Amino acid sequence: MTGTTTPLVEHLAILPVLLPLAVGAFMLLFDERRRLFKMVLSLATVLALLIIAITLIVMVNMPSGDRWSTIFVYPLGNWPPPFGIVLVVDRLAAMMLLLTALLGSATLLFALARWHKAGPRFYTLFLLLLTGLNGAFLTGDLFNLFVFFEILLAASYGLVLHGSGTARVRAGLHYIPINLVASSLFLIGVAVIYGVTGTLNMADLSRIVPTLDGQARVLMEAGAAVLGIAFLVKAGMWPLSFWLPTTYAAACAPIAAMFAIMTKVGVYVILRLFLLCFGDEAGASEEFGALWLYYGGMATIAFGAIGVLASQSMQRLGGYAVLVSSGTLLAAIGTGNSAVISGALYYMATSTLAISAYFLLVELIERGQAAGADVLAVTLEIFGDPEEDIEDEDEEVGVAIPATIAVLGGAFVACTALLAGLPPLSGFIAKFAMLSALINEAGDIPASHWAFVVLLMLSGLGTLIAMTRNGIRTLWVPAENEIPRVRAIEAIPVAGLLFLCAAMTVAGGPTMRYMEATAQILYWPREYAREVLGSGPTSPGRSQTTHPITGGTP
Amino acid sequence: MEIILSIGIGVFAASGVWLILRPRTYQVIIGLSLISYAVNLFIFAMAGGGLRVDAPPIIASGTAGDPSALADPIPQALVLTAIVIGFAMTALFLVVLLAARGRTGTDHVDGREPER
Repeated sequence: MTGTTTPLVEHLAILPVLLPLAVGAFMLLFDERRRLFKMVLSLATVLALLIIAITLIVMVNMPSGDRWSTIFVYPLGNWPPPFGIVLVVDRLAAMMLLLTALLGSATLLFALARWHKAGPRFYTLFLLLLTGLNGAFLTGDLFNLFVFFEILLAASYGLVLHGSGTARVRAGLHYIPINLVASSLFLIGVAVIYGVTGTLNMADLSRIVPTLDGQARVLMEAGAAVLGIAFLVKAGMWPLSFWLPTTYAAACAPIAAMFAIMTKVGVYVILRLFLLCFGDEAGASEEFGALWLYYGGMATIAFGAIGVLASQSMQRLGGYAVLVSSGTLLAAIGTGNSAVISGALYYMATSTLAISAYFLLVELIERGQAAGADVLAVTLEIFGDPEEDIEDEDEEVGVAIPATIAVLGGAFVACTALLAGLPPLSGFIAKFAMLSALINEAGDIPASHWAFVVLLMLSGLGTLIAMTRNGIRTLWVPAENEIPRVRAIEAIPVAGLLFLCAAMTVAGGPTMRYMEATAQILYWPREYAREVLGSGPTSPGRSQTTHPITGGTP
Repeated sequence: MEIILSIGIGVFAASGVWLILRPRTYQVIIGLSLISYAVNLFIFAMAGGGLRVDAPPIIASGTAGDPSALADPIPQALVLTAIVIGFAMTALFLVVLLAARGRTGTDHVDGREPER
């Protein structure tokens, strides 16, 4: 904490958790039929979260003292860490908060057009999901992380089933047990780590891990591996990811769009814990599990790319695109190179936004079509369209493309460019940043890095082929299908998400610098630990505007 | 003490894993419950200083606090939280289980009977 923060500002760190939780609980008191009231209240909450996230990002970006970045530590109940639970806002957490708030506002706006009526208590569940996500990003304590994971999972179980229907219930029947088992693994990992180190505070862990030796170190690594499996199930690493495409395809559009960030929670936690506990300063345990992440990530990219090519429905394609994205991130983390990781952080932001926009867009495009039309479209391509020969070509000439289709088509092209990593949008910059960092490494480039480069390229190509094929078959068909009726409130979120990706391209320099600084901080676990553990409790009344920092400054 | 606890954890976990891999939803939910019992016991086993018998949870009045003589409070807090969360999740899964039974007409986890 810096001397310049006022007590009021300090409380901003808890608001992203407290606000949606309180509003969500408050809305349960009112009847389901008071939709307008709930709509306004939830929308206002999400917008407030957006403002808080932007404020926090500005604040962590400010230099404090001799450092060019600030880490806010919020001791809950004012118990000093490591005895009390802390919330920590650093650059990475602030970035993830902003991403969550952006996705939350876009998908909520989209849902308010019609999907919110599809089932009961949508607003509360949605806000609880945001609570869990924000909490997982903010917490500096392993067990607290478990609690927030459970909150977001519980909300997601409800949201997967939102809108009901056999397909969703069936998907939920697989999604829920898999995550319950993953939660059990999470607890086992936490228990082992606590048994070995005697602490659950992440910053404290980063101090203790290098001092472990012999049996204790082996146990710690075993615990971390069990914990890692729990997160990798969430992140969707192959072979722990077979539940993901089915679930995402079954969930209704705004929920699938919001779930785009749920795999990133797993990636975030791995990034944070891996670099804190097994970073460069971890002694004998240095880079423990890096190879697993690297090769597992690459297998996930390959599996996702094949899945993208093989998907017949557009939602499933989105599900596999999620896998490609998280595989890329995991492999990038596995390289242990801070330049690659800064590219990966940029990629995380852009791919999350793009996948979210894609899920929303697919629902709009498919609205005018009969169920299963997209499956038919792909099979037609293989087996030939029997009606194609009879078509009277003269009539087709000069048929204007309806405006709605043109807009949707344009958005689809943007999504394709983003997901495949083509210029001019930010997907290209992200991939370019990672590739150039991989190739520009000092010394000989190992063969495994070339494999990663080739896989990245091939997965982009696969995505491009699959999405172009899908786009042609669904958007360029003669207008015998009903033209989808799209309301402005549904088009705005899609346009907004794509606009953000475009903005990330235009402001590529500053964004990339932010990511680079974020990646660098992640490589200084000692600094992080000093910030978190060094901040003593403030006075109970929080009346002081400044307070002495014990051991906070070098 | 250790041997009894570890056998207990092992039996719970093994039965739980076996049941989770069964095709009926009811077996899966019982398996999940058993696994959560195993995990809760396991958290106790990982308490700081190992398993202890007769260690008081709170300091008796008039005595100075010696942390090594007391039971480790953190695993107890963790287990309590884990029990509550596990209980809620089981209840939630039970609802989904019933919904799936009603919608698909079968209690198979895939929502349809395997073809024979």
